[in-house]
Amino acid sequence: MAEYEAVIGLEVHVQLNTKSKLFCGCSTAFGAEANTQTCPVCLGLPGVLPVLNRAAFEKSVRAALALDCEIAPFTKFDRKNYYYPDLPKNYQISQYDLPLSRNGRLAFEVAGHEKSVRIRRAHLEEDAGKLLHEDPRGSGRSLVDLNRTGTPLLEIVTEPDLSSAEEAVAYLMALKQLLKYVDVSDCEMQEGSMRCEPNVSVRPKGAKELGVKTEIKNLNSFRNVAAAIEYEIERHIKLLEAGQRVRQETMLWDADRGATAPMRSKEEAQDYRYFPEPDLPPFTMTAEETGRLRATLPELPAARRARFETALGLDAYSAGVLTAERPVADWYESVLSAGAPAPEAAKWVINDCLREREDRKLDFADFPVKPAELAALIGLVEKKTINPTIARQKLLPAMFETKRGAAELVKELGLAQVTDAGAISAAVEAAIAKNPKALADYRGGKAEAVMFLVGQVMRETKGKANAGAVRELLEKRLAELK
Amino acid sequence: MAGDSWKLGAVELAAAIAGKKISCRQAAADALARIEALEPGLKALMRSCGDEALSRAAALDERLARGGQLGPLGGVPVVLKDNLCWAGHVTSCSSKILESYEAPYTATVVERLLAADAVVVGQSNMDEFAMGSSTENSAFQTTRNPWDVSRAPGGSSGGSAAAVAAGYAPLALGSDTGGSIRQPAGFCGIVGMKPTYGSVSRYGLVAFSSSLDQIGPLTRSVADAALFFQTIAGHDAKDSTSAKWQPGDVLSTVRAADVRGKRFGVPREYFIEGMEKPVEAAVRAAIARFKNLGGEIVEISLPHSGYAVAVYYIVATAECSSNLARYDGVHYGLSSREAGDLVGLYSRTRRAGFGAEVKRRIMLGTYALSAGYYDAYYLKALKVRALVKRDFDRAFEKCDYVLGPTSPTVPFKLGERIDDPLAMYLSDIFTISTNLAGLPGVSVPCAMVDGLPVGMQVIGRDFDDAGVLAAAAAFEKTADLAGRVAPAKAEVA
Repeated sequence: MAEYEAVIGLEVHVQLNTKSKLFCGCSTAFGAEANTQTCPVCLGLPGVLPVLNRAAFEKSVRAALALDCEIAPFTKFDRKNYYYPDLPKNYQISQYDLPLSRNGRLAFEVAGHEKSVRIRRAHLEEDAGKLLHEDPRGSGRSLVDLNRTGTPLLEIVTEPDLSSAEEAVAYLMALKQLLKYVDVSDCEMQEGSMRCEPNVSVRPKGAKELGVKTEIKNLNSFRNVAAAIEYEIERHIKLLEAGQRVRQETMLWDADRGATAPMRSKEEAQDYRYFPEPDLPPFTMTAEETGRLRATLPELPAARRARFETALGLDAYSAGVLTAERPVADWYESVLSAGAPAPEAAKWVINDCLREREDRKLDFADFPVKPAELAALIGLVEKKTINPTIARQKLLPAMFETKRGAAELVKELGLAQVTDAGAISAAVEAAIAKNPKALADYRGGKAEAVMFLVGQVMRETKGKANAGAVRELLEKRLAELK
Repeated sequence: MAGDSWKLGAVELAAAIAGKKISCRQAAADALARIEALEPGLKALMRSCGDEALSRAAALDERLARGGQLGPLGGVPVVLKDNLCWAGHVTSCSSKILESYEAPYTATVVERLLAADAVVVGQSNMDEFAMGSSTENSAFQTTRNPWDVSRAPGGSSGGSAAAVAAGYAPLALGSDTGGSIRQPAGFCGIVGMKPTYGSVSRYGLVAFSSSLDQIGPLTRSVADAALFFQTIAGHDAKDSTSAKWQPGDVLSTVRAADVRGKRFGVPREYFIEGMEKPVEAAVRAAIARFKNLGGEIVEISLPHSGYAVAVYYIVATAECSSNLARYDGVHYGLSSREAGDLVGLYSRTRRAGFGAEVKRRIMLGTYALSAGYYDAYYLKALKVRALVKRDFDRAFEKCDYVLGPTSPTVPFKLGERIDDPLAMYLSDIFTISTNLAGLPGVSVPCAMVDGLPVGMQVIGRDFDDAGVLAAAAAFEKTADLAGRVAPAKAEVA
């Protein structure tokens, strides 16, 4: 069997997280009652005209800049003509030959190596509505919800630079991370705010010519994207192995069957009859305007991750986890600003705060523990005011529960470490006296007996003793008793 | 004055009402009586709005009685072309597909004239979706020319033109995509203005061809056109193609009308083979009068004029094929919902809802935009359109205004051209270039030939709408044709 390689490109649509739609003032909020977020403009009633939402345009440019694209100095909208009941004008306002940006790239890591994908173009267009083919009231008719009609979409098209499902998903995750960083989209595939249509072809390994490609639609999760791409690669290879040809067509993914099937050809034989949208004059972007938008970009995830490694001395894993989401990275850096040392703070954020977020379904944008209080906790541990176990098991949970300060809670809950040598000494004596077997074991040469006794002392002091000091004292005392 | 107020122009009538010489209610009642008497013979209106007009007029009278003021069109009856949305009213575009479609919002121009306290007395008949030059393409009725009811009033704003000429109202709104205000104004012996593209908001005008459509006034005098234009023009944030521009006091400019020292260009391409000789003679004589007014006549050339009609029928049809795609029976308007699939719903609805001319243009435009033909038709047309515009730019280096005929003929007989689309398309041969170039153009009555009106067109530079109106007004003073109401004899030939 010959060896094959896959060639994959991705067309991704993301809904911009603007408050209002692309060409009218209607809300874009998800989940409202059907057809309540509409007006004559997005309903496409006779006589209406589109007015561009400048915020949507600026968000698109920021996304394109984050993707390292060239921003077009002159751009325009075009009409894409096709009939469908979710598109009330029967044309979509999109961008055809002069998109707002081109020629970008996105680098990301996949299976331990760096991959860079070229972005062919990113352009702005309006979303269509939603069809409900089964009326929940049981009328047997199809229903149309136009709430989503006119929501701004950014279409981001890659060059065919990907070669596996794994790479495709890694790209999508990197794209999602980036677009969330620059606050352009929520990128939730389940909610439809991120949609992906891969095109897949295969060719004998090393061949120059591209194989015939198919496009896959109806993918609503990263897992489905991966499964569908793998399925198509397999299907293409089987066809080629059998001496057959791959037909250029659009395939629909059926997640239940775990297979693709061709879309009816009637639906894809489209001539969109693009032409310039006469209701929207073309517009220009000066270098100054582009520069102004570039200045609003935050530090991007790759750069931030590199800085966390080099300037903060974090290991690659920690830097990756902390920069995966911007609110986490921001919160972590606030902890540092409050005086905590970077590696120590990283441990606390990764091991404790992220877990608390999961368990308690919290959001770093509105975290119950303030960064300065985590820094205070770390300071109390460093100064040995409390021991780390108490800090982790008692103090931090109390801070989440009560939203109160670390120092205040240490005092109130009596969590301060017992450093008084006399008190520790008394506890040591008591532990030895109560556990003659441990002493006998020790004398018999069993070193574990020391750890057992340390545990007993810690229990006696409700964990507040300094474990190191306890052990030191115990060993000294046991040696005397030997 | 009571009973006869329909004879007054808008400027005079507004002044009479403000001076309490006549009430708004009386003015409305006079207009409605005139409509009632003549409408059976003329069929200029899709519907009149008598009760609403009277109650609105009464409210305006009450405001005056309480010592309040009225706006610049206080109490003046107006007619709207039936492609302008007016909340709560049917806006049919004289098409079956929108026969009972009630607009849920109001066009910017209608809002502005209501804010100026005008009283709408009717909505006028038109060629379906503004496609035509005789109003014979209305799905419902044929409007007759009030100067000779056997003849066409022109189109597509033929209902508005006939209504103003016959004295239904001193003001009507029309829309002009290739001559649809100016040609019927010429045919009906009144003033019709196609403003500069972008000077009047298109929000709420049911689109035919977005890059060419422009709303404008039809009136019996240039002064009325000026008053009406300055009321509706100026920037509108709801229309992205609306210019950030305000018209200023156009009426004062027009009253001062002075063309001394102005240069008037006469394009040699505007007197063509096949033009009716008496029309040509009348227009040439009218042009000569600008010399007496102190103007200078210069010969100019607009070399790409010959391509204008061809370019127009690609650009306009391409845009309309897309603009009219929304009438599909799914969301509003006519819907043929017998059994069948989605494509069946679309095709049945559109087959039943659109007339022959609309279908013809949708087909032409769809073809022009199709893969493989786009470059040869649409793209080429856009390039020639730019050349047409450049012709005017060059002409305006030599002159301040361009003069020419509005139409090559006097009003033709009803039925004469309806089966010959090419002959019909040539009715707009002198007006189309102005739309392609976006320039302001006014048709002003210049003569009567055998009892039929002839119009002359004045074209100016971008946003020199006031200058174009002033030139027309200067001529109007010499012609003694202003303010006339057509006899509108009701007998049908």
